[in-house]
Amino acid sequence: MSARTLYEKLWDTHVVRAYEDGSALLYVDRHLLHEVSTPQSFVTLRNKGATARRPLTHIAVPDHAVPTTDRSQPIGDPLAAAQVAALEKNAHDFGIPYIGLTDARQGIVHVVGPEQGFTLPGITLGCGDSHTSTHGAFGALAFGIGASDCATIVATQCIVQQKARTLEVRLDGRPGRWVGAKDFALALIGAHGVGYGTGHAIEYRGDVIDAMSMAARMTLCNMSIEAGARVGMIAPDETTYAYLEGRPYAPSAARWDEAVAYWKTLPTDDDAAYDRSIALDVSTLAPQVTWGTSPQDALGIDSRVPNPDDAPDEGERQRIAKCIDYMGLRPGTALQDVGIDKVFIGSCTNGRIEDLREAAEVVAGRKVASGVDAIVVPGSTAVRRQAEAEGLDRIFIDAGLAWREAGCSMCVAMNADRLEPGERCASTSNRNFEGRQGRDGRTHLMSPASAAASAILGHLADVREIVA
Amino acid sequence: MKAFTTVSSVALPLLEDRIDTDILYPARFLLLMEREGLGDYFCRDRRIDPDGKPIPGNPVDDPRHAGAQIVLTGEDFGCGSSREQAVWSLAGYGIRCVIAPSFGEIFAANCLRNGVLTIVLPRPVIDRIAAQPGNVTVNLQDQTILASSEAIPFQVPPANRVRLLNGWDDIDLILEEEGPNVSAFEQDQKARQPWLYETAQ
Repeated sequence: MSARTLYEKLWDTHVVRAYEDGSALLYVDRHLLHEVSTPQSFVTLRNKGATARRPLTHIAVPDHAVPTTDRSQPIGDPLAAAQVAALEKNAHDFGIPYIGLTDARQGIVHVVGPEQGFTLPGITLGCGDSHTSTHGAFGALAFGIGASDCATIVATQCIVQQKARTLEVRLDGRPGRWVGAKDFALALIGAHGVGYGTGHAIEYRGDVIDAMSMAARMTLCNMSIEAGARVGMIAPDETTYAYLEGRPYAPSAARWDEAVAYWKTLPTDDDAAYDRSIALDVSTLAPQVTWGTSPQDALGIDSRVPNPDDAPDEGERQRIAKCIDYMGLRPGTALQDVGIDKVFIGSCTNGRIEDLREAAEVVAGRKVASGVDAIVVPGSTAVRRQAEAEGLDRIFIDAGLAWREAGCSMCVAMNADRLEPGERCASTSNRNFEGRQGRDGRTHLMSPASAAASAILGHLADVREIVA
Repeated sequence: MKAFTTVSSVALPLLEDRIDTDILYPARFLLLMEREGLGDYFCRDRRIDPDGKPIPGNPVDDPRHAGAQIVLTGEDFGCGSSREQAVWSLAGYGIRCVIAPSFGEIFAANCLRNGVLTIVLPRPVIDRIAAQPGNVTVNLQDQTILASSEAIPFQVPPANRVRLLNGWDDIDLILEEEGPNVSAFEQDQKARQPWLYETAQ
């Protein structure tokens, strides 16, 4: 067989039936469900009288609409309570394993899947959430889907999909202190635009990737969808296997060696060709921050708010002017002079233990600036407990940040955690869209270290200036 | 699923780039568990102010665009979240076809599942259609758009076209026709990667 990329190998091994136009009926090995994108899926299934083909290949867990405050009380919002109750009932009725709100394994789907070893190299994984690209960090073919496809996967274990073109993204060089995966993702989108990955499956490669932890790889793959790519992947290696070994859903002792031997066949063949390749040298990169309402509006923290009059064309001039107006900024202002009201540290992008350690290191022994409301929301209850075992919760609380229960929280603003109109937030989440964190809210995307530094200084901050 | 053959109406011009799914359907309405009757929430925060009053001058409620079943728009339409409510609210409002230079991929897949046709055309062509007075007619059988007297050809992937023309539903299609293929796939995979069947059967 001719040389193939990681994506092509995963595609080929999951085609149930190839159609003439390049699309295929693709087998889906694993499926994660949350409360917000699946109620209508189960209505469809019931209307059709369909059952779950392989119920134990799914996990259902509430994350989007759940409160991050006291878990001993019932959910206050009746709509959110009904949605979580519906997920539990639907999971029960269809025989799907359910992780409840007070379960020690609860958390954001994209944090829980890897933690449980449910996410494995070589598999296909679907979830009704666009950040499903996160799981590609394990060398899985993982993609976001809508509610209709969630129903189709439950009933048939399959999905109809167009084959993507392949896009190699090489990261080379040596990043400076406090410059990491979130900064790389924002810099790539800033340089190439939010559509650079549309129609493509990204594979991240290079020395920088080889040296990354699984957490950093997940952050990078997570942001692939912000580049338009439904799929972002990294080939499995020793780091991947070390992370997975011994996790509850990972292959047991008897099968482990067999699985690893198979996984070692997955990396892209030496002479395989990609449809496109781009590269980024991370050596001179500054910590990144967004100024506008698209992730592509990313700049180094040492930059200024752009001037619409400098735009290359009239369309872009109007767009920048509109963005700046929405964001309440003035052209030419130094980004570090932009004051903030809130700080959000968490989400499926940056809610893992490594992210919290990074933020804690920055705020340790310091105090949040007066007038700034900062919250830390762990990506899962397991992350929360690990952080507490390490004393990170005390560091955050002593510095004046609120320590919360796990969930999506202010990334999607479906619970009580949200911005008021006009409020400005330094956020480790993934989208700075209009209204994303609350109607008329203003979001600046950044890394956990940068958001933590911003909390301390009360404005968008260069973490390198407060912690060497 | 509703079959798509021909649609003829005035066009709704939303001629900006990157209209994301948070604009199409703000997240706070995701707590609703319906899929029907979401048309009122289509582009909600561009149409209704925080006090519940209509926002003047917004194109969606412009009487000149009343009855529109076709949207003309810019790059990366529907980028962002996978929420299918973005499609349900757009379809609930009455839209059957969106024409853009590029689409968010998950959004486009969701459109296909709901009988909404997505057509990719270069922006200058879209601007030309938007400048024409009167109705726009989209014919999927011929893969032609008629705007004023100009006929503009377009192409959609053949399998998508057949699905839309027939209003086929994936679950029905797979359950009726692919059962033996899926079983054969599983048998083969189980032999090659048994751990996928032991840890979660």
